[in-house]
Amino acid sequence: MKKNLFGLLFGVLFGLGLSFSKMTDPQVVLDFFDLFGDFNPMLLWVFASALLTTLLGYKLVFKIKKPAFAKEYHLHERRTIDKPLIIGAALFGIGWGISGYCPAPVIGVAYINPIEFLVFVIPMVLAIGLIRLFRFN
Amino acid sequence: MNINDVYFGVIGGSLIGISAIGLMYTLGRIAGVSGILQAAFWSNEKSWRILFLIGLLATTSLFHYFNPGHIAERQGFPLGLLAFSGVLVGLGVALGNGCTSGHGICGLSRFSKRSLIATLVFFALALITRYVFHTLWGIAP
Repeated sequence: MKKNLFGLLFGVLFGLGLSFSKMTDPQVVLDFFDLFGDFNPMLLWVFASALLTTLLGYKLVFKIKKPAFAKEYHLHERRTIDKPLIIGAALFGIGWGISGYCPAPVIGVAYINPIEFLVFVIPMVLAIGLIRLFRFN
Repeated sequence: MNINDVYFGVIGGSLIGISAIGLMYTLGRIAGVSGILQAAFWSNEKSWRILFLIGLLATTSLFHYFNPGHIAERQGFPLGLLAFSGVLVGLGVALGNGCTSGHGICGLSRFSKRSLIATLVFFALALITRYVFHTLWGIAP
């Protein structure tokens, strides 16, 4: 029950941050990638401040032995740089560069742009499922 | 450069950071949205993740409902291209185990080498792709 409450709370905060910072406008994101065109630095402000905040916060959090409402920190301890990581990051980057959507902001357009939301999210979830099918079966 | 945008960006980015810190402090979880989305469909701990996504969806929707002029609704983006990019993003985040929030923000914040490589690769590819699809070919507005 507590877990659900925290899930909801931090989803709300995340969504507030995304919409306030205009990340739910894919054109703002695409204009960041347009280094030699209509360059818009917005993504840099958002990314840098989110990174700096999290970096400082994690430092404090990890001084505590375990999370407040769970048995342990769930971190991926894999260290190797393997092919799936590189190929995956590359495919993701290409998709992101085409439409300006990554998984969080696209959820934020469900109300303002429901057609783009559905046309992007359904193929994305199916593709995730496809990879899981091959990886875990 | 619009100074209001710097303000929106820094406040919004900090809120995303606070969400990531809070999720780690309370549940010990990475605030990576592709990972949360994936495990909301396929895992044995779905409910808090579904609520995270509902919170995200509801808040962004309400925000845009009450602030209609904050961003413009994009129109006329080719839907075939959009679906294709959805497939690429889905394949990519599942293979690479993360997206902008998981690798880029949470991963870099705990100095993960895998996340650093992933972040450099997807930012580089996004820049090149934008150049090719927009500037060179002109098929993405």
